[in-house]
Amino acid sequence: MAAQGRHGGQESNKMTALVVDDNTVNRMIHHRLLDNLGIENVAVVNGKEAVDIHCSGKTFDLILMDMDMPVMNGIEATRQLREMGIRSMIAGVSTRSMEREIREFIEAGLDDYQEKPLTMSKLISIVHKING
Amino acid sequence: MERNPLRRQLQIMRKSLFDQGYLDEQFVQLEELQDESNPNFVEEVVTLYYRDSARLILNIEQALERKPYNFHKLDAYMHQFKGSSSSIGAKKVKAESTLFREYCKSGNGEGCMRCFQQLKKEYTTLRKKLEAYFQVARQAGPMETACRPK
Repeated sequence: MAAQGRHGGQESNKMTALVVDDNTVNRMIHHRLLDNLGIENVAVVNGKEAVDIHCSGKTFDLILMDMDMPVMNGIEATRQLREMGIRSMIAGVSTRSMEREIREFIEAGLDDYQEKPLTMSKLISIVHKING
Repeated sequence: MERNPLRRQLQIMRKSLFDQGYLDEQFVQLEELQDESNPNFVEEVVTLYYRDSARLILNIEQALERKPYNFHKLDAYMHQFKGSSSSIGAKKVKAESTLFREYCKSGNGEGCMRCFQQLKKEYTTLRKKLEAYFQVARQAGPMETACRPK
């Protein structure tokens, strides 16, 4: 599918992504992974900022959502985004390994879940889902 | 076989870091993100890791000075620390982090203390080894492609 991302009101055919992670190292790595795939991306540091950026009118083809974050965690942020009608691909990324915790995250509205650390092959598998 | 002596030294240092279990496959993932447009990406990530994780180390140290231990808080700090350590491929540091979290879950304060001391040793040792590695890497100049460990 041709990506229709919006940044600053300008339309572009480049795929766009939002990185939602409170960890500085992970944000840097995820930013670079996305850059390497030619995906324009911005980063926020918690779930509330993810919701706020959507409230400001921005949308993204892909959201990489961390689970454990201060202020608002990934589960709550995913729930709120879905309630707002956001239909972007939301991929949860977390170090959590307990089935119960992952299930709760998925049931909040994820399209995909990947265990951290995120690698290029994991990101490509997520992107392939967007492209169908 | 690498003919350039600095490159050869770099290869040996790199192999040693993997063979001795200091680094895992995730470090290779970072190397594969490095290219002409981002020639120092790995060093930048590692530098960021040590800067960012220093705060977590301090938080844990301070939490271990307060009795009774707040194992929930200690586990939360270590969860963050483990995440960062895992992201740069710090294998031994990550292993100690996992052990620390197990001690937190079982409420074993002495285990946490012992484990934390060992974790700090591994953390410091890795930093010194990586600093030396990056120093040689800078002298050797940029590589054309990332080398995968055998």
